[in-house]
Amino acid sequence: MAVANHSVLIGVSALFMFPVIYMFFTAVQSNDQALTGKLWPDPFVWSNFRTVFHEINVWRYLWNTFLYAGLSTVGVVCSCVPVAYAFSRIDWRGRNVVFLLVLSTLMLPTQVTSIPLYILWAKQFHDWTGIQFIGTLRPLIIPSFFGDAFSIFLLRQFFMTIPQELTDAIRVDGGGHLQILWRVVIPLAKPAIVAVALFNFIYAWNDFYGPLVYLASNQDAQTLSVALSSFRSIHHVDWNLTMAAALIFMLPVIVIFFFAQRVFIEGITLTGVKG
Amino acid sequence: MLLFLSPWLFGFVVFTAGPMLLSLYYSFTHYDLISSPRWIGLDNYRYMFGRLTLNGQPNQGDPYFWTSVRNTFWIILVGLPLRIIFAMATAMLLTRPKRGVNGYRTLFFMPSMAPTVGASLVFVYLFNPVTGPINQFLGHLGISGPLWFFDPTWAKPALVVLGLWGIGDAIVLYLAGLLNVPRDLYEAISIEGANAWQRFRYVTFPMLTPVVFFTLIIGIIDGFQYFDQAYVSATTTGNGVGDPQNSLLFYSVWLYEQAFTYFHMGYASAMAWILFVATMVLTAILLLTSRRWVHYGGGLS
Repeated sequence: MAVANHSVLIGVSALFMFPVIYMFFTAVQSNDQALTGKLWPDPFVWSNFRTVFHEINVWRYLWNTFLYAGLSTVGVVCSCVPVAYAFSRIDWRGRNVVFLLVLSTLMLPTQVTSIPLYILWAKQFHDWTGIQFIGTLRPLIIPSFFGDAFSIFLLRQFFMTIPQELTDAIRVDGGGHLQILWRVVIPLAKPAIVAVALFNFIYAWNDFYGPLVYLASNQDAQTLSVALSSFRSIHHVDWNLTMAAALIFMLPVIVIFFFAQRVFIEGITLTGVKG
Repeated sequence: MLLFLSPWLFGFVVFTAGPMLLSLYYSFTHYDLISSPRWIGLDNYRYMFGRLTLNGQPNQGDPYFWTSVRNTFWIILVGLPLRIIFAMATAMLLTRPKRGVNGYRTLFFMPSMAPTVGASLVFVYLFNPVTGPINQFLGHLGISGPLWFFDPTWAKPALVVLGLWGIGDAIVLYLAGLLNVPRDLYEAISIEGANAWQRFRYVTFPMLTPVVFFTLIIGIIDGFQYFDQAYVSATTTGNGVGDPQNSLLFYSVWLYEQAFTYFHMGYASAMAWILFVATMVLTAILLLTSRRWVHYGGGLS
């Protein structure tokens, strides 16, 4: 019975891994071999990666993607921790109603706000500040400093589980909410904060719609997702180079995932099952 | 309290509520970003549902609106049930072995974290009608495979397969749900002589309904916004956006084209509001019917 279970599961695993394995081996094949559908590279053409770096400015796109993912993660963590605290550890009238409002924005399709926001960044925000926003990473990064519904939700779920007795001690000493947040909640909630940070980093790294809307006009500001979506059609490159480029893009995500998979699995479970 | 809340409050007003009201206003205007918005009343909505052109001349209306609605419902009605069934079945397989569950779970979960752009690139290669490994493999079996992304009948099924590759997050949820089912429920029903199907029908499935409900709602919201995979597969195959023969023209793809290719900001805003209303209505219907079929309790709350 155990053998039967494992053989079915190994078969399913093979199906899940098949695209990744094909991507990896095709990335180091020659042009001609990539068109045969054969799996094992003969010969291994490691120089494909160098060719990709030569064909498009990978370093710049990597840097842009890293800036977007890194800065928006900093923004989300800094803004959502105090907000989640206000929704879980401070009592005030109307808290549940306002929290429902936060949750309802989770259901809001991106498209509804993306059009007016694009117009605001292009016109009003630009006129008021004199700063250029379209064609830069700014419209993608700035909003993350003002809260993100999913992150607030996940942090709040975790903050709720911290026992009241732990914060009472600081209360007795005359400490305010800032002290409680800083000395009790943040140290205890490190796993949840790490989960929020990693989710946001990967979300931004993978994000396509936002960068496509704001960066399509300026090649120098593009992220890897936008640059790669047009890689094959613009550069008329072969499949081996396309797969090599896809691998460069996906590798950081795969590496982060393998080091932090527990964090992701616990985060997904926290939002889905206990919601 | 207000100090703690202020980042969200500011963000909500400036980046969510304000823009929504603006977009409602734009939906009643003609606006191309160059000249200022011109009030045209309900004309955008009339054009959308097929009674008027943008300039007020009587006509058939938007020729692709209903195409995009049909395509979107197709991908949700076919893709979402398959997603739920496969995720549930795989999670049930994962509860069987005593060892190695974490290893399998890692492998199944990983693709759901992969960037949609990268995944779409890989699948366009795998599904290449001539040189791709899938049709090469089918060829060895003596089957001549379809043209996939180059055939209007087979382009959406190819995207469904791509979607199934990313069901790992749902598998994790179903697995967590399954591990929460109290063992004594199975013992009780086994004493009454229930077979495997009855155990599933009367214990496992009812206990999983909260997770089914959650994946259903998320799946519908995401399905209405289905964009990345359709857009990237089109730019990678060299087809026009939405092609072959508009079979991949999903609602959000058409909305994006209206807004950021043709700069019909007013019309695109109207489409966005219809999308918003449709999402709200479907979610509300699901919430209302959930009392009849979603079972809370047994560790899931």
